[in-house]
Amino acid sequence: MLKIENLNLKRGDKQIIKDMSFEVPDGEIFGVLGTNGAGKSSLAYILMGSSDYKPDSGKLIFNGIDITDKNMDERARLGITLAWQEPARFEGIPIIDFVLLGSKEKGHTLAESYMDNMRLTVSEYRTRQVDKTLSGGERKKIELASVLAMKPKLAILDEPDSGIDMLSQEAVINMIREIKSYGGSVILITHDEEVVKIADRSALMCSGLAFKVGKPKEIIEYYKEHCKPCPTKVYPAKGESK
Amino acid sequence: MTDFSKDYQMMLDAYEKAEGNPAIFKDSKIAHLLVHKNNVIGKHLVPGIIVEPKETKDGIDIKLKVLPNNKIEFPIHLCFGILPKEGIQLINIDAEVGENSKVILLAHCIFPNAVKVVHKMQAKITVKRNGSYIYNEVHFHGEGGGIEVVPKAKIILEEGARLETNFQLIKGRVGKLDIDYEVEAGKDTVVEMVAKAYGYGTDKIRIKEKCILRGESARGIIKSRVAVKGEAQSEVYSEVQAYGRNSRGHVDCVEIVQDKAQARAVPIVDVFVESAKVTHEAAIGSVDKKQLETLMARGLRSDEAVDIIIKGMLK
Repeated sequence: MLKIENLNLKRGDKQIIKDMSFEVPDGEIFGVLGTNGAGKSSLAYILMGSSDYKPDSGKLIFNGIDITDKNMDERARLGITLAWQEPARFEGIPIIDFVLLGSKEKGHTLAESYMDNMRLTVSEYRTRQVDKTLSGGERKKIELASVLAMKPKLAILDEPDSGIDMLSQEAVINMIREIKSYGGSVILITHDEEVVKIADRSALMCSGLAFKVGKPKEIIEYYKEHCKPCPTKVYPAKGESK
Repeated sequence: MTDFSKDYQMMLDAYEKAEGNPAIFKDSKIAHLLVHKNNVIGKHLVPGIIVEPKETKDGIDIKLKVLPNNKIEFPIHLCFGILPKEGIQLINIDAEVGENSKVILLAHCIFPNAVKVVHKMQAKITVKRNGSYIYNEVHFHGEGGGIEVVPKAKIILEEGARLETNFQLIKGRVGKLDIDYEVEAGKDTVVEMVAKAYGYGTDKIRIKEKCILRGESARGIIKSRVAVKGEAQSEVYSEVQAYGRNSRGHVDCVEIVQDKAQARAVPIVDVFVESAKVTHEAAIGSVDKKQLETLMARGLRSDEAVDIIIKGMLK
């Protein structure tokens, strides 16, 4: 269970995250829906513990442990991980090794099974590296295979579907459901209302606020009605109050 | 006649410790030359190549010729080394790759115990029309740091020739490294020069590589990957001059700096004809933060993540 309590992050004059509070129980797929610039990725970095995204105030409690001051790797060892919206490229790291970097289990056969889950044809990718020659979609699928291999207790997925071909979208959905199946939680960050449909609950994020939390259906309806296009670019939209 | 059997065995042992496979020195299909200090202690040739080593006071002069229209199937293994703590090894190479010939050289330079060792190489290499010369040089040093490595080469590529050089010094202390390679590339030639080094302690790295794209449609890339930590220093000078019409060049330099180490990158690109194009990219600094955090988000500690990133870059 992740508990977010009164989280705030300010950059200069801009409030990136505003007094955010919600909980994600074990085994829940929790959607975070919002337009570009709503603060979704900033939230992901704060939750993961990126050193550039230390909250100004608030608390993060994960399975009863206060992780607010814990580093990224410490949080990862507690079972939290993040799939970046635009994952990093490396030199000289084979895909097959990268996939199992966070896994307690080792072995190329195992890595290949996770690659296969993400529709990465093993024969094509076995000898390749996580480098600049990969397309955005390929790199994203490798990132997700690596997250899955870690068997995380909480996976933060930042726009996991973006840049991925239509045929592989199903693999992304299956991957999210697999994490849920063993009791892991997923924070599914997206701007696409279709994607958030697989969530158990969802928050609507606008200008750093998670100002509406509920069933995906009601969040999607609100989002379609009020946020596309965004009428104000600042919360509250159309006179909504928190 | 001097008996070098003890030196020979010691070199093979050191070669094996440096992750080389000593069995290649017994394989009749693979040419090799094994040199300890100024002594040739092993030599085997295959058809199509001539190797004439001549021992000098402080090293060895080598004439190497690949006869025209010969594609040497397996890499020629050269193994140079000094096993005692002190010594000097001056190697002069005069090499010619004949027309339409192809050869790969794999040079292992082994100095596991160096306290006061100098290893200098001066090479003059000509690759004739449509020839191909691939030269890989891998160093294995000990932790003493008392070594000076000075490889210098002037390489001429005739029309349609191809050159690849891969220099790697990532195992053990660098000591003092001063590379100076210059290539004159003729029409329709392809040049790829890669240098990788990992310095620590008080190591000093200086890499100077120059590619002159003289001929029409010549292509050249200079790539360097250097990591320095402790109080090590690194300077990388990568220069591409484009004279040939439609010639293309690129300089790509990445240096990772940790602790109190210092790094400098100087890409020099000159274009002397309108249809030519030369590009460059250089990145110097600490480990890329996104790379670092990607690995930390998988549970690796910061130092483990840096190690993987640097090893990957130098691989």
